[in-house]
Amino acid sequence: MPKKKLNIGWFSFTCCEDSTIMLTEMLNDHYEEWFKLLNFKHFRILQSKNTLKDIDVAFVEGAITSKRRVKELKEIRKNCKKLVAIGSCAVTGMPSAQRNNFDKKTKEEISFLLARFGHTEKAYNLKELVKVDYEVPGCPMDEKIFLSVLQQCLKEFNVA
Amino acid sequence: MHKSDITIKNLSKIEGHADLEVKIRDNQVKEVKFAITENKRFYTQALRNRPVIGLPQHVSRICGTCSIAHLMCAITAAEHTLGMIPSKQTKILRELAMYGLMIRDHALHLYIFSLPDEYQVDSILELNKSHHDLIHDCFDMKAAGNHLAILVAGRSVHAPYPTIGGFTHFPEKENIPKVIKELKSVRPIALKLIKIFAESKATLIRKTSFVALSSEQFSFLEGPIKSSEGYEIKQEHYFQHLHKVVIPYSEALGYEFEGKEYAVGALARLNLNKEHLNPKTQKDVASYLQVFPSFNMYHNNLAQAIEILHCIDHAIELLQETLFKEEPIQELPEKDAEGVGVIEAPRGTLYYHVKIGKDGIVKKGNIIVPTQQNQINIRDDIRLMIQENMDKSKEWISLECEKIIRAYDPCMSCASHFLKVKWT
Repeated sequence: MPKKKLNIGWFSFTCCEDSTIMLTEMLNDHYEEWFKLLNFKHFRILQSKNTLKDIDVAFVEGAITSKRRVKELKEIRKNCKKLVAIGSCAVTGMPSAQRNNFDKKTKEEISFLLARFGHTEKAYNLKELVKVDYEVPGCPMDEKIFLSVLQQCLKEFNVA
Repeated sequence: MHKSDITIKNLSKIEGHADLEVKIRDNQVKEVKFAITENKRFYTQALRNRPVIGLPQHVSRICGTCSIAHLMCAITAAEHTLGMIPSKQTKILRELAMYGLMIRDHALHLYIFSLPDEYQVDSILELNKSHHDLIHDCFDMKAAGNHLAILVAGRSVHAPYPTIGGFTHFPEKENIPKVIKELKSVRPIALKLIKIFAESKATLIRKTSFVALSSEQFSFLEGPIKSSEGYEIKQEHYFQHLHKVVIPYSEALGYEFEGKEYAVGALARLNLNKEHLNPKTQKDVASYLQVFPSFNMYHNNLAQAIEILHCIDHAIELLQETLFKEEPIQELPEKDAEGVGVIEAPRGTLYYHVKIGKDGIVKKGNIIVPTQQNQINIRDDIRLMIQENMDKSKEWISLECEKIIRAYDPCMSCASHFLKVKWT
């Protein structure tokens, strides 16, 4: 029987995708080990054939700022067993949520754009919308915390 | 295809989010909508009323992968505006930081996004059995760029050392030989990558204009703006030549240069400046350089691969020749001023325009990124490709559309930072 792998999904919402880049840089050192342990079910930067089916752990980067993305996040939560918020925007909303703090005049200036593209009235961090199991803070994400959360997930799912 | 609608949501193997919609009626392409769907983060508004000293680190957060480019452009804009002249060593460190960025960022695009198209697989991971060496190459090349950026700038993403007026930290002498050795070790890998893209059959030829900075050492940080139509303009006059085009369905503006669509990026740079590449690079890729100037958009991949070699060669020289020493950071003069900074980011020309008050506070700012400038060109290339291939299946056309978009190496995070637009 082939060895069990951890089925993971990596998702990006409103942000600069810095943690995705940190992950691709961590792959430089870890790819041989990780490719044996991880099954990338959803990783848009790496492949076009992506699925939400059977995801054990969803790693989610970015703040949520539109109705389309709220729906997508809830769909991911429904399909995964554990959800990890990755990076500052997912954990705290900032800096992608900076519009929440604009003064009245600036808010008025951007209001027609929020309406045009179906943006939500405020920008959210993940735990305001769904249950978050683990958080990896940092702008970009803290590598050491990411490694320890990944290790924890591998243990929980009996992969390593 | 007499009549068809093609919709691709959340395009893969690109930076950020984009959708494509195509409408074909009576064998004619009626509509191509290349829409950047990355949600706006309103950086243009957010940078107002903040201290200018914090501007580079703030705008670095516009884009993870090319954050060093945003840092450098914001620093350049602030220094130009305040009349500050960087030291020779600062200039060298900034060039080196850009080289680390280019090597890592181009490698990400070429190996992870574009190479699967060359080998007709979905992901580079599928090459594990047939071309295992390429997977090693990918991670070794990215690591070399990453380590160079860490040495000079502290990190590849949101680099902490570069600041207005200099650097807060300098390369440790003992770490330099390791980085030089690693750069030398990936040089043959760069040559191998260049050969792959030089031999690629991918072709899409459409006459268009190219715009890039041009300087004697193929610097990504200096020079006037040149175009393939023969324009040569000073950086501070750029806004007289660039014109906004509102694309209602896209979260990013488009741009025209002298009233025409144009392309920026590695292909534009090679088309306009190949004679300024590092002499060692020129010597080793002389035969491949003959294809430039080229109107084949897929040669953007080849151009990026050649730029990786240039960055390796010049970085090795600079690291070998420079004795780095601690330098104080220049003080910021107090004055009311307005100015620009223009640099070449991995994907093309990046413009920053800032207005700073005597109190050191940013009064307003404006940013134009490469992907916004390429947006109209991408749309017109897709239109041409489909019109020329009406006899092909919908699946084939969809795949080709994705390949064209990928060849431009678009960056949606950058493109949707938001610019102030008045919709009429």
